[in-house]
Amino acid sequence: MQPVGGVVPLRVDIAEKIFRSAQGVSIKALQDLSFEVRQGEFACLLGPSGCGKTTTLRILLGLDKDFSGSFQLPEGGSDRIAAVFQEPVLLPWRTVEQNVRLALPKSLRTKNLDGLFDTLGLAGMRALYPAELSLGLARRAALARAFATEPAVLFLDEPFASLDERTAERLRHLLLTVWSARPTTALMVTHNLREALMLSDRIIVLAQRPAHVLGMFDVRLPRHYRNSQVMSDLLRSFQQKFPGVA
Amino acid sequence: MSAPDTGDRPPGAAAGMSSQAGLAAALTPVLTVAASLLGLGLLWGLAANAWPSRAFPGPGMVWQVLLAEAANGELFYHLGATLGRVAAAYVVAMVVGSVIGVLLGSHRSADRFFAPWVVLFLNIPALVVIVLAYIWFGLNEAAAIGAVAVNKIPNVVVTMREGARALDPSYAEMAAVYRFGLLDRARHVLLPQLQPYLAAASRSGIALIWKIVLVVELLGRSNGVGFQIYLYFQLFDVAAILAYTLAFVAVMLVIELFLVQPVERHATRWRRRPA
Repeated sequence: MQPVGGVVPLRVDIAEKIFRSAQGVSIKALQDLSFEVRQGEFACLLGPSGCGKTTTLRILLGLDKDFSGSFQLPEGGSDRIAAVFQEPVLLPWRTVEQNVRLALPKSLRTKNLDGLFDTLGLAGMRALYPAELSLGLARRAALARAFATEPAVLFLDEPFASLDERTAERLRHLLLTVWSARPTTALMVTHNLREALMLSDRIIVLAQRPAHVLGMFDVRLPRHYRNSQVMSDLLRSFQQKFPGVA
Repeated sequence: MSAPDTGDRPPGAAAGMSSQAGLAAALTPVLTVAASLLGLGLLWGLAANAWPSRAFPGPGMVWQVLLAEAANGELFYHLGATLGRVAAAYVVAMVVGSVIGVLLGSHRSADRFFAPWVVLFLNIPALVVIVLAYIWFGLNEAAAIGAVAVNKIPNVVVTMREGARALDPSYAEMAAVYRFGLLDRARHVLLPQLQPYLAAASRSGIALIWKIVLVVELLGRSNGVGFQIYLYFQLFDVAAILAYTLAFVAVMLVIELFLVQPVERHATRWRRRPA
């Protein structure tokens, strides 16, 4: 076991990211954005909507290479990255199980996924097509796909947006259950402070555009102690530290 | 009347009834098509009786010719020759056209450069391509099939270009993040998205191709349905011309019903949502 904080698995150092519109207008989305996520840590990128959180994630996922700066992804283990996007992005023409298995490297395609499907409550849905799932179930399938790959780092982009609060809450608990069973470095983008306080070890607070880090908020308390009383205390101390955010 | 029966009907009978209803529902479209074709045949027969002429034979006479040509093997030999050319030209046109179309659809600058070429080739008459192919490459099979394919390729390019423009980038990004291999990307991400466009190009393609194949055969081959039609045109034998035409249309119908439609049903199975 690596001592926590002994290595820096995810290091982000983006100097600048500029969007150029078709009309030639340039918008600076990110500037001097740098932070670290320790190995095995669950971190949240929290910021107002439109501040560049998703842009940051797309850069880290390797989907946007037009930026200046650098980042270093965690090494070791499977060396793979996994992502849960804002939309589930399941292939509609493949079943739930095929969607999950296609994300695996060829050598692991046939591995046993019963436990993972059971935990996520998808055991009876493996043969269904995504169109036959509710949005909540489709998001569970997206989570299953991400965790099945046993990634070295997991990125989540507001995975519970556009769900009703009860479903979102149930999915947050499911996420924690699966993540605790297979802890991995995780970075989740959200604008929901409560969600961030409930899930993360550390919250990276971003400023308005161009995004840069306003500060860090560490939640050192184990997750099972975070009942509603503790949550409101956390909320209060967060708001003291970052007045005006969220 | 039926009310007293229901009491002593065994439990399985209800299911039997419903499967009978299902069978009837499945047969109805087939019966409709049959009745429709029968009606057309009847109309043709009546018209041929009203104006009897060697240039307008009735369905009975055409059927006689069809049987005679089938019995001496001529029909199947020429049908086979034409079908082979249709299949070869179809495969060449679909493969080449799809590759070009997808490339143009996904590279805007290439599309801007080559779009005039596509318009040019779309508007070159089939006859010109065929004549030029025979002059440049000789009266051979490769020239014939190539000429047909060249006629069809621009249509496939245009359809597949639209397909490539409609590709959803989020699937490609998902595939990139999860490191899909090249083959998996083509098979599980690209082709299913292009399937409706492939189906559209195929449908219009087969119909167009077989008509052009007849012209190619008429101009420069010594077998095939087109060659036979030209032969019987010189003999002024309309019954034989119609016999060959109908035989080939029937073959295309069988292909549509037993090959194209089942393949399409399989490819779109995920769209159906069980009640």
